[in-house]
This record gives sequence, structure tokens and C-alpha cells, in this order.
Amino acid sequence: MRPFSYARADGQAAAIRAVSAGGAGTRFLAGGTTLYDLMKLGVEAPERLVDINALPAIRGFDTTGPRELVFGAGARMSDVAADPRLVAEYPALSESLWKAASQQLRNMASLGGNLLQRTRCAYFRGGEPFACNKRVPGSGCAAREGIDRGHAVLGGSEACIATYPGDWAVALAAFDGVVDVAGPNGSRSIPLDALHREPGTTPEVETSLGRDEMILRIRVPVTPLGRASTYHKIRDRESYAFALASAAVALRMEGEVVREARIALGGLATRPWRAREAERGLVGQRLTAEAARAAGDAALRGARPGHHNAFRIELGARTVADALLIARQRV
Amino acid sequence: MDEMPHERGDIPVSRRGLVIGATLAGVPLVRSDAAAQGAATRGSVPGSLEVSLTVNGEARRLVLDPRASLLDTLREGLALTGAKKGCDHGQCGACTVHLDGRRVASCLTLAVQADGRAVTTIEGIAPAEGDLHPMQQAFIDHDALQCGYCTPGQIMAAIACVQEGHASNPDEIREYMSGNLCRCGAYAGILAAIQDAAPKMRVG
Repeated sequence: MRPFSYARADGQAAAIRAVSAGGAGTRFLAGGTTLYDLMKLGVEAPERLVDINALPAIRGFDTTGPRELVFGAGARMSDVAADPRLVAEYPALSESLWKAASQQLRNMASLGGNLLQRTRCAYFRGGEPFACNKRVPGSGCAAREGIDRGHAVLGGSEACIATYPGDWAVALAAFDGVVDVAGPNGSRSIPLDALHREPGTTPEVETSLGRDEMILRIRVPVTPLGRASTYHKIRDRESYAFALASAAVALRMEGEVVREARIALGGLATRPWRAREAERGLVGQRLTAEAARAAGDAALRGARPGHHNAFRIELGARTVADALLIARQRV
Repeated sequence: MDEMPHERGDIPVSRRGLVIGATLAGVPLVRSDAAAQGAATRGSVPGSLEVSLTVNGEARRLVLDPRASLLDTLREGLALTGAKKGCDHGQCGACTVHLDGRRVASCLTLAVQADGRAVTTIEGIAPAEGDLHPMQQAFIDHDALQCGYCTPGQIMAAIACVQEGHASNPDEIREYMSGNLCRCGAYAGILAAIQDAAPKMRVG
């Protein structure tokens, strides 16, 4: 691992100043579960780390507000997953957290850092011998002719088909989450749906966040759709694995009829993937198994298989359908 | 806050994070107590950091390369070799220890981030010399290991699993123990051991 210097920031403004002034090699450090892992692989090689864990302003979370749920970027995944109000009123948000990683990692990982978790593409993580436009822009993409079983069927480009691996961001996308960030030029708010970018020709640029911008908090508008929601995650093994396909789904029903639906896909796309057409198609429908399956097909419309991942198009459609039927039980 | 802020260049750092250290090329990532004392008084190499930890109830002072993981620090700096290095990437759970009472993957924890905090390892859980923690005894009673390499991590995770209130039924135990892999496949014994130990731990 390349040597780096480490310093603990004792204030938000000081942390931002330090990262801003430090140049490209200076990075924020929160839980470290992604960054330190990738540093061990040589995929990340920062020169300076500015530890923001001691900043009290980003640590808490409050799910009791009348208008929005507020999650500090430094809150730990395990603490938020277990919040009784979230478990009862927004099961999809809680499930997206406890179905991710292991309890050890959830005790370490921050909510803000989790949003920025980088892809598990083996050619990205594998380093040197493999071409990867995300790791070394312009070097090519080993996945396109390689083993692409876990790669994206939605949102990919010639340059990159790496899957966005996170779960929490997918659930937040379904609930219209907003991310508050601060940088050297002040603060701004980014809709979760606009935080992550499709790779296009610049897969190395993964988010709309500036290098020296820090996530402060995540806000979710209070909504009656929370209770009839689920994060349905299908994996190679039952627990502690990344999604082959997942769906965050939320419903507002009137009797048997859907009045409003939210659907976001995980594990299938290069970014958290909101399926708005599929949502619209459900409104006014009776939520039968057939209607749920039709919504699943609509959510995967436009999916493009590679060599080994075509099965995940069918799997994705079924995951959405199952998720809708699970959510309906929770009305 | 018990830390006085200091300025070093443009990065404010806490007092304990003040940069000091030794200057030899190829120094080990971790230097423990006696060496730390010397380094602290001599001052020196940019990059190394002085860190204070409480490990199994004992205050320890170390001079660390920031790259050092908590796992390597425990094993190589403090000769506590109970926590094991399996994958070194947070995927297997063999390195599980408790940090301020919560289970973490020590291989993915920068040791400098444990500054000022309390670490408990498998060496620190027995109530007294010669006795075993109820979870250790249960692992023996239920044959919950074969080769034993994953066992310290399994036991540290299992104790936390019970303390968190995540051991109320087999499915919940399986879910909340999924971060600890056992290549020998002793899972049935591990599950039985946790079910056995949980009520004994609650009794205290």
C-alpha cells in the first residue's frame, strides 16, 4: 500500500478546507470499509486522509420529524437499520441496510460512505493486469469480453458495464431522497436520483459530487407509501452477498387498486435505477400477479444482456413482481 | 471533547493525532510501548502517529504507520494472535474484535482510527484465568469447530450477536452470523452453541 498521511478533522469547515487545499490525492475518510479495502488492492492510492468520523454534526439521525426523515452522513448502517420507527414505517429503508454486508461492516460503515461505495467489478478491483476504463481511463473494458455474470444490464456503455453495488441508495431513490452536501463554495442539495451517473464515456466520474464536497446528511420526505414497502434482494447465497437483482418497492393502495407506486432496481444497473415507466403503468391497476409481472417486465425494458448475465433480466423482472406482492401484504 | 485542537499545516488534528514517530526506512508498521516511549520523546518521522488504545482493559501506547490495520497492530505489535487474518478484506470475519463494545472487522479498521477507544479480543473475554466465557464453553460443548481458524472471530461475533439481541431464533442467528465464514462447515454446531450460550450470557 502506498504511504499516506492521516489527520483527524475537528470541524466540518476545517475538513472541507483540508481536502480542498490538499489536491487530488486528499480524501475524506469515514468508515473506511470501501476506501481502505481498495487501498489494500492498490486501486485507490490517496496521499492524505482526512478523518471525518469525529464530527458530531454528521453522526445522528432523526426519523420522528413531521415532514422528513433526516440521516446524518456519519450515522452507522447498523444503528439506522435497527431504528424502530424505520422498521415499522419504512421497512424498505431498514431492509436495504440490514440486507447489506455483515453486522461487523454495518457497525463500521457510514450512510454517506455507503452511497459512494464503488463497484465490485472484478476487473476494476483486480488492478494492473486488467483493462478498466473506470480505474485507468482509456485502457479499455475487460468485462465486455470477460466474465460479465454480475455486470449491469441497464445503463451500461461501450466504456463500462460495472454494476453499482449498493442497496441503501436504491431504497433512497424509490423514496425521493435528497443528499445535502457542503464544499468550499458552500452547501447544496442533490436529489439522490441525480447523485450517481451512468458511465457514458467517462466511467471514472461516478457521481455529481465534487472531490472536495462532503455529504452532510440524507433527507427523505415523509410519505404514506413508507409502510407498504420492501427491499427485496436476491443473491447467490441467502445473506452477506451483493445483489444479483434487487427491487425497492413502495405502494399506496385504495382497496385492490394501486394509487401510487415506487420501483427502483439494484444490482442490475450502473447506478441506482428508478423505473418510472413501470410505476406509471401500475397506477389505477388491480395489483394481481399478472400486473406485478407486467410491471417487472416494464422495469427491465431496454435491458441489454452481455455474455453471461442474460438470466438476470428475467430474474430482475421476477424480483420486481415478487417485491410488489410482498409490499401489498404490508398495506 | 477531551482533545485540544492543534494546527499542522492546513489540517487541524487532535492532540493524540499529532504527528510524531521514528524515521528508519523499512520500519515495521507497528512499534509498541517501549519503542513508542522513545519515539515520543525523540520526535521524528513524518507520517507516523502516536496512538493510545485500551486493549482487553489495559492501556497501550503505540507508534503506528497510518497504513497499519487494527488486526496487524494486535497481532504483530501486541502479540495478540487470537484474531486471525483470513481474507484481509472484510469478507470472512476471522478478524472480528469488539471496538467500544461493537463487533468490527479489524482488518478493515485503520489502527489509528481506534485511537482513544477500547478493543476487546478473544484473549480478553474469559472472566478469570482458567475460566472460559460461556460462549467459549458452548463452542467446545457443541463441537462448533473443526480446524479452529475461524473460531476466535466466530466467538467474538457470537457474543456480540447475543448482546445486540439478535439471537432470539435460528433464522436470526444465521442472518446475524453471516459475516463469519467457516470453511470446515461447522455451522450447525456454531448455531447450537449460540443458542446454548445466549441464556447463560443473559444470566450473566
